[in-house]
Amino acid sequence: MYVAVKGGERAIDNAHAWLAEERRGDLDVAELSIAQIREQLSLAVNRVMAEGSLYDPDLAALAIKQSRGDMIEAIFLIRAYRTTLPRFGATAPVDTEAMACDRRISATFKDAPGGQVLGPTFDYTHRLLDFALAAEGDIPEAPQSEPRTEVTPHITEFLNQEGLIQTEVSSDDVPGDLTREPLELPSSRPLRLQALTRGDEGFVLSMAYSTQRGYGRNHAFVGELRIGKVAVEMDIPELGFAIEVGEIELTECETVNQFQGSKTEPPQFTRGYGLVFGQSERKSISMALVDRALRWQELGEDNMGAPAQDEEFVLYHSDNIQATGFLEHIKLPHYVDFQSELELIRKLRREAMENINPVQEAAE
Amino acid sequence: MSDYNFAYLDEQTKRMIRRAILKGLAIPGYQVPFASREMPMPYGWGTGGVQVSAATLTPDDTFKVIDQGADDTTNAVSIRKFFEKTAGVATTEETSAASVIQTRHRIPEDELREDQILVYQVPIPEPLRFLEPSEVETRKMHSLEEYGLMHVKLYEDIAKHGAIATSYAYPVKVEGRYVMDPSPIPKFDNPKMEMAGIQLFGAGREQRIYALPPYCQVVSLDFDDFPFEASKADHACDMCGATDSYLDEVIMDDAGNRMFVCSDTDYCASRRKAGHVGAQGTPFEEDAA
Repeated sequence: MYVAVKGGERAIDNAHAWLAEERRGDLDVAELSIAQIREQLSLAVNRVMAEGSLYDPDLAALAIKQSRGDMIEAIFLIRAYRTTLPRFGATAPVDTEAMACDRRISATFKDAPGGQVLGPTFDYTHRLLDFALAAEGDIPEAPQSEPRTEVTPHITEFLNQEGLIQTEVSSDDVPGDLTREPLELPSSRPLRLQALTRGDEGFVLSMAYSTQRGYGRNHAFVGELRIGKVAVEMDIPELGFAIEVGEIELTECETVNQFQGSKTEPPQFTRGYGLVFGQSERKSISMALVDRALRWQELGEDNMGAPAQDEEFVLYHSDNIQATGFLEHIKLPHYVDFQSELELIRKLRREAMENINPVQEAAE
Repeated sequence: MSDYNFAYLDEQTKRMIRRAILKGLAIPGYQVPFASREMPMPYGWGTGGVQVSAATLTPDDTFKVIDQGADDTTNAVSIRKFFEKTAGVATTEETSAASVIQTRHRIPEDELREDQILVYQVPIPEPLRFLEPSEVETRKMHSLEEYGLMHVKLYEDIAKHGAIATSYAYPVKVEGRYVMDPSPIPKFDNPKMEMAGIQLFGAGREQRIYALPPYCQVVSLDFDDFPFEASKADHACDMCGATDSYLDEVIMDDAGNRMFVCSDTDYCASRRKAGHVGAQGTPFEEDAA
């Protein structure tokens, strides 16, 4: 005798209780604090802030703790929180030229005003597991020097002095906002950059990599990569001028790309641009490459049919919260639709068999 | 949940969604872009429907949620709990007692009234999507009323299989103008879409809302010599004996024995309450299950 399955509600409550227990793990092991995650898993925190589109290291650390280290789940928590926040206004554009750089490198010049500053990078570490880290212990203090106080100029501007690189025209237009207006195509470069900076790191990386392997190739040099803190300023209507409301860490990448010239443009270098919250090098370089690939139309290049050149393909598939939600929804019951498919396939098979069988019977 | 506004979304967002709904009702079947918000449940799990419900509900409403026709499927439970918590509205499992019904994959068997609103969760709002992957192209096709591709697809089905091989999300034409995806309801439900209630469709991830005003003409696409047929399993419900309801097939044992039961749990329960008994059913008891 069939009894309709009941108890979804109790099952959900119990699943949540079990989940909470699994998240905590062995009670004999000390619990992680938010401060520990924020300080010691800072690159994970940065990724959650970047793709969650919310600059708050403590909330990002909390999300990582709550999600058991599942980064996309943590990003989702931040996004869902972010959408409930009221919007007070917009800040003035940040001035990355005035960035207090922790790291600043250029691959296009041996040296440049402001120097090459490696900063805290994995680049030249040998990827050997450091078993000393498995034991707790103090780390030796890093050497210190006087910080640079002058403005660090953007390296691509040196090329611009000779007119060798395409000029980015400045504009006072208010850029669109992906999170407040539906995406409509064709979009604009500011919207594409918004989508890329909050897009999934893995997706943007793979798209960028595909351009390097020939799917919409635009041979990129890292003109400059800089990481550091910038001031965030906001116009306060009551005051009539902008005041600093805080500081955020950013990674900015400008690529210099070869360009043979086209019907409309003389041969010159072109640019791709990446700007991401926190120390997020891989992401900002990837973003710059994809940005450049998406500019084919504006620069009068050919459409090679490469995925990274296809604005609709890139923008509709870069968001990991959309992607993971839709992917995982196939876990939900689909038995009503499946039932209708069952009936259809039975009907089609019955008719197909009737067409086959009479022939066999005639042969017998 | 006092930190959140009534029904979770802030009033600005609800106003934006209501505008999209009104535009949708004014142009039946047209997909209105809207700035879908991230909701605290995943995309693909009903965020479009939840946003439409949030913008539609008032404190006096009575809310019902079904998934696959059932009130007790896990995602229906989860969404119902969400609105109990964030809106504090009354909830019900009774179709006739609800003023707003959010659904996934089914239309209730009971006919809806003029004072009821049916909110559909929609995964892919574009009926032409699997014929043409580009949104730029499909929007152009809708604006030019260029639906030849869809008819060719249906024709090819008939040429290949002798029948139209679409059993759910069966495309419809609204008021002789827009071809519309009815969401993945079985085609059995298509004729019910010409109804007294208001029907609202929300696709969160795809950022689209569309709507059918009451008594709107909704025609399932077909050909004169291959007319549309609303099909269901050729059985009666084994619990309540209904012959007019959509049925789920339930596997009973390792030998593969099956029974057929109403997918609409409220419909089945109310029929059993009224004394109907199916072939394998038992008389209804208040404490059963």
